[in-house]
Amino acid sequence: MNRHPWLRRARVLAPLALALALPAQAGLLAITNAKLYTVSGGALENATLLIRNDLIEAVGVGLPVPEGAKVIDAAGASVTPGLFDAYTHIGLEEISGIDETRDDAGGNPRYSAALDVLDGLNPRSVLIPVNRIEGITQAMSAPTTGEGGPLLAGRGAVINLGQLGPQNFIARAHAAQFVPFGEAAMAQLHGGRPTVLLALREAFQEVRNGGHSGVQRDSLLGALDIEALRPVLSGEQPLVVDVQRAADIRALLKFADDYGIKLVIHGGAEAHLVARELAEKQVPVILDPTYNLPIHFEALAARADAAAILHRAGVLLAFSAASDMGSHNSRNIRQLAGNAVAYGLPWSAALAAVTLNPAKVYGLDSTVGSLEAGKQANFVIWDGDPLEVTSFPKQVYAAGVAIPMSSRQTQLRDRYGKR
Amino acid sequence: MRRFQPLAAASLALAALTLALAACKKDEAPAAPFPSTYTAPAAPAVLITHATILTGTGRKLEDASLLIQDGKIVAVGEEVAPPPQVEVIDAKGRWLTPGLIDAHSHLGVYPSPDVWATADGNEMVDPVTPGVWSEHAVWPQDPGFETARAGGVTSLLVLPGSGNLIGGRGSVLKNVPSVSYQGMKYPGAPYSLKIACGENPKRVYGKDGQRAPMTRMGNVAGYRAAFAKAKEYLKKQEAGGGEERDLGMETLAGVLKGDILVQNHCYRADEMETMLDVAKEFGFKITTFHHAVEAYKIADRLAEEGVCAALWADWWGFKLEAFDGIRENVAMVDAAVSKDGARGCAIVHSDDPYGIQRLNQEAAKAMAAGRRAGYVIRDEDAIAWITSNPAKAIGIGELTGSLEPGKAADLVLWNGTPFSSYARADRVYIDGVLRFDRYTPKPVESDFALGLAPPEEQEAGTPLTAPSAAIPASAAPKTEIAPTASPAEPAPTEPAAAAASETQP
Repeated sequence: MNRHPWLRRARVLAPLALALALPAQAGLLAITNAKLYTVSGGALENATLLIRNDLIEAVGVGLPVPEGAKVIDAAGASVTPGLFDAYTHIGLEEISGIDETRDDAGGNPRYSAALDVLDGLNPRSVLIPVNRIEGITQAMSAPTTGEGGPLLAGRGAVINLGQLGPQNFIARAHAAQFVPFGEAAMAQLHGGRPTVLLALREAFQEVRNGGHSGVQRDSLLGALDIEALRPVLSGEQPLVVDVQRAADIRALLKFADDYGIKLVIHGGAEAHLVARELAEKQVPVILDPTYNLPIHFEALAARADAAAILHRAGVLLAFSAASDMGSHNSRNIRQLAGNAVAYGLPWSAALAAVTLNPAKVYGLDSTVGSLEAGKQANFVIWDGDPLEVTSFPKQVYAAGVAIPMSSRQTQLRDRYGKR
Repeated sequence: MRRFQPLAAASLALAALTLALAACKKDEAPAAPFPSTYTAPAAPAVLITHATILTGTGRKLEDASLLIQDGKIVAVGEEVAPPPQVEVIDAKGRWLTPGLIDAHSHLGVYPSPDVWATADGNEMVDPVTPGVWSEHAVWPQDPGFETARAGGVTSLLVLPGSGNLIGGRGSVLKNVPSVSYQGMKYPGAPYSLKIACGENPKRVYGKDGQRAPMTRMGNVAGYRAAFAKAKEYLKKQEAGGGEERDLGMETLAGVLKGDILVQNHCYRADEMETMLDVAKEFGFKITTFHHAVEAYKIADRLAEEGVCAALWADWWGFKLEAFDGIRENVAMVDAAVSKDGARGCAIVHSDDPYGIQRLNQEAAKAMAAGRRAGYVIRDEDAIAWITSNPAKAIGIGELTGSLEPGKAADLVLWNGTPFSSYARADRVYIDGVLRFDRYTPKPVESDFALGLAPPEEQEAGTPLTAPSAAIPASAAPKTEIAPTASPAEPAPTEPAAAAASETQP
């Protein structure tokens, strides 16, 4: 290993520091003549998006462009907020089949609540440019809740993919605690669902008791685990649970009520069967709308129009791919959104599910997710309908800066393809 | 081998295959075991009019008609005279394409539900298992067949997995409901042999250092040893035989004779080059490299050798050998031209029960990425990636895969362009039989899927009747395929209008 990591880091950071100095000089930027999909305030034709430094200053039709502003005529192109993937391992997983490149798994203790992805996140991941040039500017980077892994998997962070370096890479640390349920969790505990729920109750009961599991046995959680779970018990930090089956979701709703936990459903293949209850309790669902096969016994009622059903019931939806390609191809969340539209979801609701809604899930909706004055200037100018598989970004902006539209993949293309 | 019936519409590119298949027409050949029992039910003649037609042969016809009769395509063109007793479908605003063909599927052998009891696609007890056949594990009740049909897939090659160097035979199926795989088996289609390069076999066998192959050296030694033995076996057979039957050697001898096609899972460019040399050494032909994420690095050689590449639109990074995947792979393979002027044979495949439901979108992504990089790709070219090219690669190119007189009436009527996130198959015909109709939903066809979602709970949602939003109600066809309800949502293909109308009070 490198004996002088600080020396190595200094070399890497020097050019980055120069690059990072640029946003401060960016000053005023006006995107004019745009179709602005603000998400929070509908769509505006022939509109102007005004940016000062890293923030959106104004959004509207007929806005005067201030003197000295750099003007970019969008020529009628669609502009959306930067996209936000509600569940990935970006920055934690480089090549899925090479263990040396994976920092998303939490070993195999029963509880690993204190695990913090910040300790493993790599802002130089190759996945970041690949996805950000296709419009992904934020993503939840979560610890894996895989089969046989810990029941309390640890704390995920929201990352800014658009940041060209380690500064401001983290949009929100400790944004959520992650938990598997159902089939994946049963493998860890060698038991059934009641065993899994009991293990969750034991953990939270211990936190509630101030770290004492009771007189009968030793503590089940480490001191750091208890510390990490306090904000979950207080309802400040959401608990994101991988769960598919309707009956399991109901059981978790009860559990969340008992402990005052802010629950988020991830997976939710059968959530449409519980749509009304989820809406009532304001529990969001992170869904892959293309998940329509009974591929697991806990997902027998999976269906292609689940997103439309959940939306009609008033459930807050965020989209993320269920496939193993979910991190590498986070860029395809807009295809998921488009497919949800093909199966009955209103177009604007589909766009919200990949922009503002994930921001709401992780408490970042005051800073990202929509085109509104005061929010971070993360946005995309598209060459067509943003939810179409045939569209691509013309330019992606992060914190007011036009990011270089290149990645390792575009370099490979240029090496072997026609120029 | 099933007997192969050459059709009048034989294409030049298939001449070699036809010759190869003629070998099994020998009268002394024993009756092939596990014969297909598929026959198409009788179906009425159908005339589809005013459609945008992508023929799969590089043509795009606007406001065109297509006539099907007795399960075959009879006429395609701007003006087709309707015979008496024909169902006429006004397809104004809709697109018509050949039925989609997936050159790489594990439906039935890795079905839903995905549990150990159904995992039947990899016989990983020996790296060389040419004697196993995927069809013997195909579970026709896999609900994935049905959802693939709703996505327009009419034929598919079901292959064994890639855990072994030589994984066994794959079979071409028609995507029709059946209680047996024989009832799906494509009459006249050749078998394929699955060969796998790279990481999978060496991971499965050698990772613990217990067994070959442990390295890519071991991989290649494994293929060579198997084919060297097969050559000897074939020599003895041709000299009169007399040996005991060896099921594995029968398959490899079939490859050497050209009766069985070779489908080679191979990601890296260098390994594909090695495999082309292995094939030369033993005198067989690799029909298609599958997955081939680095095919773009050797696109010219693939075009020169006449080897197809079956690819994902954008998968990458899940293994080291998939690290160099790029969006333009399909377009770059497609754009290559051999010295004789033959265009590269690019295929978009799925290998996935979800991807197979939207091969059209996967092709759309590859097309758009290619165009963006400066490649000229017309819709009528890109449709070949999921129709005529895979048909050729799995040995049914003379029977289906394009809209030409004499070919099977395997077709998909789409709600608009198939190259869209919003595309939906409105109707799917297989041999002229309406097998999927979006507006006349049938009860589930898979026995397994039957009754899985309790009806009383299903009512909590709404039935799957999302109308074709890409077609304005005013332009909806007059026949019964049009939705009766007016679109509930604004046209998704016009997001500007949609979003604006939602925001204006």
